[in-house]
Amino acid sequence: MKRLMKIYLEKPELAAVVFLLLLLLVFQIRSNGVFLNTQNVRGMLGLLPEMGLVAIGVTLLMICGEFDLSVGSVFALTPMTMAVMLAAGVPFAPAFAAGLAIAALIGFFNGFITIRFAIPSFITTLGMLFIARSLTVVISGGFPPVIPANALPKWLFTIYVGPGDLFRMSFFWFVAVAILVTVLLSRTNFGNWVRATGGFLPAAQSMGIPTARVKVACFMICSVLAGFAGTIQVMRLGAPLPSIGEGLELQAVSAAVIGGASLAGGIGTIFGGIIGAALIRVIDNGLVLSQVDANWFKMAIGFLTIFAVVMNAWLRKRGRAMKVET
Amino acid sequence: MAAPIIAIKGLQKWYSGVHALKNVTLDIYPDEALGLVGDNGAGKSTLINILSGTQKPDGGEIRIEGEPVRFSNPRDAMDRGIETIYQYNSMVPTMTIARNVFIGREPVKGSVFGIGILDQKRMRDESVKAIADVDLHLRSPDALVGELSGGQRQGVAIARAMHFKSKVMILDEPTNHLSVKETRKVIGFVRALKAQNITSVFISHNMHHVFECCDRVVAMARGEIVLDKRIGETSIEEIHEVL
Repeated sequence: MKRLMKIYLEKPELAAVVFLLLLLLVFQIRSNGVFLNTQNVRGMLGLLPEMGLVAIGVTLLMICGEFDLSVGSVFALTPMTMAVMLAAGVPFAPAFAAGLAIAALIGFFNGFITIRFAIPSFITTLGMLFIARSLTVVISGGFPPVIPANALPKWLFTIYVGPGDLFRMSFFWFVAVAILVTVLLSRTNFGNWVRATGGFLPAAQSMGIPTARVKVACFMICSVLAGFAGTIQVMRLGAPLPSIGEGLELQAVSAAVIGGASLAGGIGTIFGGIIGAALIRVIDNGLVLSQVDANWFKMAIGFLTIFAVVMNAWLRKRGRAMKVET
Repeated sequence: MAAPIIAIKGLQKWYSGVHALKNVTLDIYPDEALGLVGDNGAGKSTLINILSGTQKPDGGEIRIEGEPVRFSNPRDAMDRGIETIYQYNSMVPTMTIARNVFIGREPVKGSVFGIGILDQKRMRDESVKAIADVDLHLRSPDALVGELSGGQRQGVAIARAMHFKSKVMILDEPTNHLSVKETRKVIGFVRALKAQNITSVFISHNMHHVFECCDRVVAMARGEIVLDKRIGETSIEEIHEVL
């Protein structure tokens, strides 16, 4: 029993799961059963992948000890690049690839500048937040380009499937990416390097891990996932707006932190980041259905973020203090 | 006498105007325990950093078992059997013992571009064995290194170096900030290395520790070697004198 308790206390993402279940119950009651009906669950699951994918990337990067504030802007720039190309008559596949290539390039740039000039990634990516957002507006020419009808393979990304049309295709992409990144982080040597790099850089370096390359790879994965998430949103909406994804970078950081990732690096799980993203979506949706003024949303996220970090630190301390034979 | 395992000849290093290593020549012989002492800024760390591959010399030559080598990163040195253990820098506290033992040298089941799935069972089993081999008793290879005491961490670092069959172990101030009891333990580890036919270079501020576990002592001051004697032929007073 004590052993189970220790395991629980040392895994903050489990506390987040418990909290998520609790919230589901509260909102279900408060909304008179509307919250968990098929339609609403379908709506939430349809939106979750967009934020979830961003949270996966940001969590991975935070575990590696770095930070990306530019994900919200990349979220807009990637699909805008694709849309501009589609509007010019380029077929979907190359346009889609070009969008993701831009995202990868931005990730590379973020990582390269951060490491080459040894500056905080907070600064590099803050600059990139403005640069990528500006580029988005510039290439859109101020007016969102019109994506030709049938140019988007909706069947591959956004149509409803599954029992009771509960899921969008994007959900399966999201699950696949989540599994892939989780395996990458926890089951491969690359994952070991990511954790070592974020956990204690001097040790990783003295053991001969190519820490610069590991960091750049994480920046690129983070950026590409943000771009992919934005592309999914644009496919869902059918039109690219230059303003999508504003504020997303901070929500993604909140999600990672709520799920137990540490700003200092080395600590956290992909699953935690996803739970954090789910919590934010659930609060957003649940408040509306509970007929609470929607302007309280940010207040709730704010409190939850601070509360989660305080709780996580406390739980971890308690867990560590528990001496059990393992 | 046997041929030196490491032969350093005329090593030079400058840091923007400061001559940190002035023509250092030093032979280290197989199975000996060499104590390296000196004040801060004497050049010990620079010498060690060059031997462990974290810095590059500006001149001179290093031969390992007679072969000239040039390390461009720590991994090159490890591949030649030189392992360095630092006071702080060799373990990631947020990771488990098993993962720490294999950092950078993880066993994988098949790999693409060098990335592969970890063989976690092997990592666990081998780290349990490696730790038992240095007479360290830990609960589980899944415990976080952050939960270990300073002495236990050094024990795991030494177990790691032995597991990878290092021939030369450089211990950079391994007893700093350790309690008396823990220090005894680490000195015990260093003494045990000799029986395993491992050459060790033990760096310390504490002369007593050096005299307790080394065969030979080398003292550095202002980038030069100022004393090089067998332990039996010198005294702590003599070393203090030259420093």
